[in-house]
Amino acid sequence: MSERAPSPAPKLPVSLAANPTLSSWVQFSREGHVMISPGKVEIGQGIITALAQIAADELDIDIGRVQMARASTAASPNEGVTSGSLSVQQSGRAIRQACAEVRQIFLGAASDRLGVGIDALAVEDGTISGPGNIRTSYWELAEHVSLDRDATPGAMPKPPARRMQAGYSVQRLDIPDKVFAHRRFIHDAALPGMLHGLVLRSELSAAKLTGLKEDGARAVTGLVALVHDGNFVGVVSETEDGAQAALKALRRSATWSSDRMLPDEGQLAAFLKAEPSQSTEIDTRTASATREPVRTVRRQYTRPYIAHASIAPSCAMAQWTAEDRVHVWTHSQGVYLLRADLALVLKLPAENITVEHMEGAGCYGHNAADDVALDAVLLAKAAQGRPVRVQWSREDEMSHAPFGAAMAIEIEADLDARDEIIGWRHSIWSNGHTARPGRAAEPALLAATELETPFPRMISTNPPSASGGGADRNSVPLYDFPSWRIECHRLTTMPIRTSALRTLGAQGNVFAIECFLDELAAERGEDPVEFRLRLLSDERAKDVIRAVARRANWKPDKQAGTGYGLGFARYKNTGAYCAVIAEVEGAEDISVRRLTIAVDVGEAINPDGVINQIEGGAIQATSWVLKERVRFDRQRITSTTWGSYPILRFSDVPDVQVELIQRSDSEPLGAGEAAHGPVTAAIANAVFDALGVRVRNLPITRDSLIAAMELNS
Amino acid sequence: MSNVRFRLNGVETEVDADPDSSLLGILRGTLEMTGPHFGCGANECGACHVLVGNHAVAACDTPLWSVADKDVITVEGLGSAQAPHPLQRAFIAEQAMQCGYCVSGILISAAALLQQNPTPTSGDVKAALDRNLCRCGSHNRMVRAVLRAAAEMAAR
Repeated sequence: MSERAPSPAPKLPVSLAANPTLSSWVQFSREGHVMISPGKVEIGQGIITALAQIAADELDIDIGRVQMARASTAASPNEGVTSGSLSVQQSGRAIRQACAEVRQIFLGAASDRLGVGIDALAVEDGTISGPGNIRTSYWELAEHVSLDRDATPGAMPKPPARRMQAGYSVQRLDIPDKVFAHRRFIHDAALPGMLHGLVLRSELSAAKLTGLKEDGARAVTGLVALVHDGNFVGVVSETEDGAQAALKALRRSATWSSDRMLPDEGQLAAFLKAEPSQSTEIDTRTASATREPVRTVRRQYTRPYIAHASIAPSCAMAQWTAEDRVHVWTHSQGVYLLRADLALVLKLPAENITVEHMEGAGCYGHNAADDVALDAVLLAKAAQGRPVRVQWSREDEMSHAPFGAAMAIEIEADLDARDEIIGWRHSIWSNGHTARPGRAAEPALLAATELETPFPRMISTNPPSASGGGADRNSVPLYDFPSWRIECHRLTTMPIRTSALRTLGAQGNVFAIECFLDELAAERGEDPVEFRLRLLSDERAKDVIRAVARRANWKPDKQAGTGYGLGFARYKNTGAYCAVIAEVEGAEDISVRRLTIAVDVGEAINPDGVINQIEGGAIQATSWVLKERVRFDRQRITSTTWGSYPILRFSDVPDVQVELIQRSDSEPLGAGEAAHGPVTAAIANAVFDALGVRVRNLPITRDSLIAAMELNS
Repeated sequence: MSNVRFRLNGVETEVDADPDSSLLGILRGTLEMTGPHFGCGANECGACHVLVGNHAVAACDTPLWSVADKDVITVEGLGSAQAPHPLQRAFIAEQAMQCGYCVSGILISAAALLQQNPTPTSGDVKAALDRNLCRCGSHNRMVRAVLRAAAEMAAR
């Protein structure tokens, strides 16, 4: 990856190369607005604001003129899925490049009209002016300039020093609507004639319907349709209450069975290691000169299944506009990918399906957004052309949506006589970390597995290492160990449904690597900051560690009951650099008092937006570490409420200090997932510092502390 | 079915519905007031908080009959883009959210706090918001925003 930007791009950014028509990205109105149409979607991360800043900058217009289109398969460029902290890298670069070229095209048109050379023209807030007060504007020229042409690689975006908006903390465009309760969320949308649908699902995993009486539901006032196709059963009603009442009647009469056995939640590592799996060697490094190890240290780390647990259960609307045409409104992360899966299930050409994005609540990966969209489509089929809205219950969201995969990680370090690391082996046992729709010959959507003629349940896989990997994400050390071998065992069974959750496997791997390093440093009696600096050669990595150590006054004098710990990672080994120092206190129950973080995301388009993402990621990671674990018995998920799946509350939240290292001449990198791994490790290392106990099994609760103490003693 | 009357955001309102229906369903459905959000339906997340009198209550868990003749205020009733409540202004100033789904309930809990305690400490704010869940991790910004609003209201 080039560290210098912008340079005359020898080729187009990937998203622009895949969708080269300029008008699919940028359109002007005569009324003085620019419509920017990204393929990426707002999932609570503030992306539309960052993209609007980039567009406004390259076009030399006020950001107030920028209107951001919602992604739709009817019109938007296809940018796949909004995930992996790639939206600024992909969409941002494409928009920057497209807008730079569009500006040039308009300058050419203005030059023709005004009869002066391009070099004599300047653009200010869309007005193009030249010597002697001659002027025109984007808006005036819009109808004469066609952007229905392909982007060419020649246009040169502004150098960083001339950017007026990108690089500054602009207020997010969507926030006013949200404080004034203007209807932005799909949950608040209403279509004319809209009906309400609900799907009956058993609490059992992979349940088969063995008995159902429909008359009770059919007697409920307002019932429009009852859909029963194999194990998929749903109702459509004129009202939400009516749908609830009908569903309740169905639930009373339904009997289910399931032959799926869930693992023993108390024996996660044993389960993960015993299941059939597919093994992959992720990376090896062979030492130039082999030294015999004096001793080998081995540690095992686990993390549990983690729920997305968005505050809003997933929601969708669908309307069949003809026998073979359907329109879908969704908060999916990938409108084209969802469309592809819907086409598979419905056996329709993709062109017959329009999928349009609307904002949902915070999205932290592949949740039930896509599943509920298929539910709505299947129920709407029975609604005679009327739109149907479906919203999952809290319980369904917490038990049937995919989870982040549980992981067991074993690391061995070979040490020489001076306790220097000379060999390193890292092995992962985990389900795959993605089963997203739209990428396989068979659909990934829940209801597809429930139909009379069902599709098989997709077993989650891992993205290739070149794209950051899945279970193996961040498993290759950034440290200069002379040799290593990294291997990943992906389960080929999937008793508990897993797919992408923020960071995929990075949280687990960084937790393991950084805690193990901390342990080795402690054994050597070496300061963990110095130890890491000595083992790193990437200066940007060292800079975030030095910055965080300085900011947190590493390391204060020891006080009873208080501990400090460090964690570091470069997300995906190619993304943002992040170092964290955690301060914890407590004995039986750990509380995290403060997280001090230094982060380098290259060019930060919206610095406050980056800080917001880092703070949010840090707090969410604290919640994962201290509270979260999907609970289950041998037949069902049991953590289906906020009572049984607690998350961090206001009074538990640590103070978070973020230092942003700005590098405006480097490529912008995503911030959404950078903090989770380092925060996790920093907290665990701080717990050791406070209590002298190594907790290697997440979450760090009273129970896991006691278990770790017993292991120690 | 029966008629239930209450004041919604200052406006006399009459609803003909089953008095046992949840207030949230009536607000969002019948009255098209979509500020209060559904999150759990069990009074566990705070996304549906509304003010009933001076108290923040979970509308999902509140039967319609119980608000008869009372004042109910939703986030729409706090203020508007034209005449924002200091809390709304402060949430914008502090950029105090990520997805914003929980925000309408949090603004209501904060409004209830400031009615009872115009000069809260950050500990008071955290305690007052403890029934509200935020999954994006915007808590600290929200606490700062509430303190900012309190300071602004005190200065007036």
